[in-house]
Amino acid sequence: MSKLIVLLKKDFTAELRSKDIVLTMLLFVLLVIVTFSFAFEPGSIEVGVLAPGMLWISFVFAGVLGLLRSFVNEQQNDCLLGLMLCPVDRGVVYLGKALGNIIFMLAVEAVTLPVFALLLNFDIWRFLPAIAVIFSLCTVGYAAVGTLFSAMAITMRSRELMLPLLQFPISVPLIIAAVKATGGILAGQTLAEVSGWLKLVGAFDVIFLTVSFLIFEYAIAE
Amino acid sequence: MQVHERLNDRWVTVLGIAVFITMLLTLYGVFLYAPTDRNLGHVQRIFYFHVPSAWIAFLAFGIVFVASILYLVLKEAWADRLAHASAEVGVIFCTLVLLTGPIWGRPVWGVWWTWDPSLTATLVLWLIYVAYLMLRSQMPEGPSQARLAAILGIIGALDLPIIHIAVHWWRTLHPKPVVMQTKGFGGGLEPPMLQTFLVALLTFTILYVYLTVLRYRHESDKAELASVKRRLQA
Amino acid sequence: MGKASVVEAVGLSKQFGHFIALHPLDLQLGSGEFLSIFGPNGAGKTTLLKVLATLMKPSSGQVRILGLDPSEDGIAVRRQISLVSHSTFLYENLTAYENLLFYGRMYEVENLPKRIAEVFEEVGLTSRQRDLVGSFSDGMQRRLSIARAFLHRPRLLLLDEPYVGLDPEAAHNLGKVLAGLHDGERSLIMTTHNISRGLELCDRAAILVGGRLVYDEVRSAISADDFEATYLAAQHQARAVRPPRRFDGGGP
Repeated sequence: MSKLIVLLKKDFTAELRSKDIVLTMLLFVLLVIVTFSFAFEPGSIEVGVLAPGMLWISFVFAGVLGLLRSFVNEQQNDCLLGLMLCPVDRGVVYLGKALGNIIFMLAVEAVTLPVFALLLNFDIWRFLPAIAVIFSLCTVGYAAVGTLFSAMAITMRSRELMLPLLQFPISVPLIIAAVKATGGILAGQTLAEVSGWLKLVGAFDVIFLTVSFLIFEYAIAE
Repeated sequence: MQVHERLNDRWVTVLGIAVFITMLLTLYGVFLYAPTDRNLGHVQRIFYFHVPSAWIAFLAFGIVFVASILYLVLKEAWADRLAHASAEVGVIFCTLVLLTGPIWGRPVWGVWWTWDPSLTATLVLWLIYVAYLMLRSQMPEGPSQARLAAILGIIGALDLPIIHIAVHWWRTLHPKPVVMQTKGFGGGLEPPMLQTFLVALLTFTILYVYLTVLRYRHESDKAELASVKRRLQA
Repeated sequence: MGKASVVEAVGLSKQFGHFIALHPLDLQLGSGEFLSIFGPNGAGKTTLLKVLATLMKPSSGQVRILGLDPSEDGIAVRRQISLVSHSTFLYENLTAYENLLFYGRMYEVENLPKRIAEVFEEVGLTSRQRDLVGSFSDGMQRRLSIARAFLHRPRLLLLDEPYVGLDPEAAHNLGKVLAGLHDGERSLIMTTHNISRGLELCDRAAILVGGRLVYDEVRSAISADDFEATYLAAQHQARAVRPPRRFDGGGP
């Protein structure tokens, strides 16, 4: 447990200094949102209808970039091998990376929402608590499989292609649930009314956190 | 070694003959024996290929799942080869499902593609296992490739039920898929139709085993050849 | 040797598919010993170290490190050993100090700040400890990676070709650090194909070619000239029967 914090601290120190993971994701998300706005002419559309898709498409793509970056740092100087040599269960190394990625992604989402609301003149604040629940749950699952897959993809020739190729199909249920639940909330539903989706996401989170925790040591090259 | 090989050969030949005979039977059943569907007409006959293909895709990916776990536990090359062979055959049958689905859907639903839950889930399934094959092609043959492929083989299979639920909820407003009625497997079929369907199912299963065995042997031979070459070079 | 065995391998082998990286070999290392393993590229030196470092499982045979079975007590073994490889395992976004702090905490080193100061002193990087590792020269990074490796006072230190890519001055400095680490308590295994460097420090020299341990002798019984001849002969002989070192086939 304390090692988990040590691992997290290491990632935070590095990230606070270089900010490359969060900045990469944030810039990408903003670009997507701005591009979307041009494509759909703001004002003429119902933002509430479009918002879930827009937000989640940008997070899903940005997430892939951030996940890859977090392992590029580990790959430099074979640090991952150094971690494997540490007297700690490899599953804990996985949890450390996954938690870091979850927090980085959530940070990006937290910054994106107000900017999104501002740019599209959309009142997102009254939905905030429900949105926070949905985004947190979905981000956990996305980063859970994403951390495992980026550890795998990082060793491959075209990792920028391979990670989305692995990540997107597996995350389909997550993306559907995220968009549907977010859409429901923006359309005035309560959390209880979208609880079916949240349970599905919860199941996804639990299953893939557990499996990845157990299987991670095989994902690291011998 | 040689006796063993010959025995294998004989079994493969038997399998091949079995596929040939049952396939003839299936074709007879599909086009001559089974009556034309009253509502759907001839297009209904594609059902005898579509559903068994879907069954084989599931079977194949199920075997990938089991072989992947076996590989991670045992670290035996045969488990990896089995997973690889089964995934390739599975992708072919999954492709068949995706092709025959729209051919059926066009006259029945009036469009080539609808986001019907089963069809959508199959599409996602197809994407996962195409990624699986891509992953294999991305890496040199060897233990690393086998390990990473096994991980995806396991994750993919675990994701299937979740995908199914998600996709069904997503498309709740659509009609229930016509081929798999709630009454159960072929519940609404006339006896000759049901018989034809069962024969087709059997045929495809044998065909799957046959193709997988061939593909598996091909991989074994490749490895064998590589090691012989190496010994000659040395 | 008489002392407690630090490494005890019996019939250790490693196979990748059809490729045999290590033929079954026996290896003993006593406490405080410094063993140099010589061998050309692809001889299986790195594989052997990786197995001893618990990064790989042997295909067959028994390995005990400090009396423990690495496949069962991997974490306990890793706590007491260390590996210096061609890669430094250092985070370039972190300062030298932060790197050691991180690894020190992972190894639960007691009295960590004091120990870090000590270690910096030993490798002569005290004045640079607050600088980002990314700004270090290769030689300094290598020194820091060695500091990282003995930070937790490992009882067994594995060094994989530490001299590769070092300029003469850095190599000289490394030699001094290694001599300091060879204190009679700690055991060291170093792989290299640099005969003079390897012989200079060791108590015992072994030759690994084509995945076979073909020579193993205490240093006092070796004359440098004879050894060079033996090494070349072994290498030559091995080339005649050695399979090429391409990996292929399934299997672990």
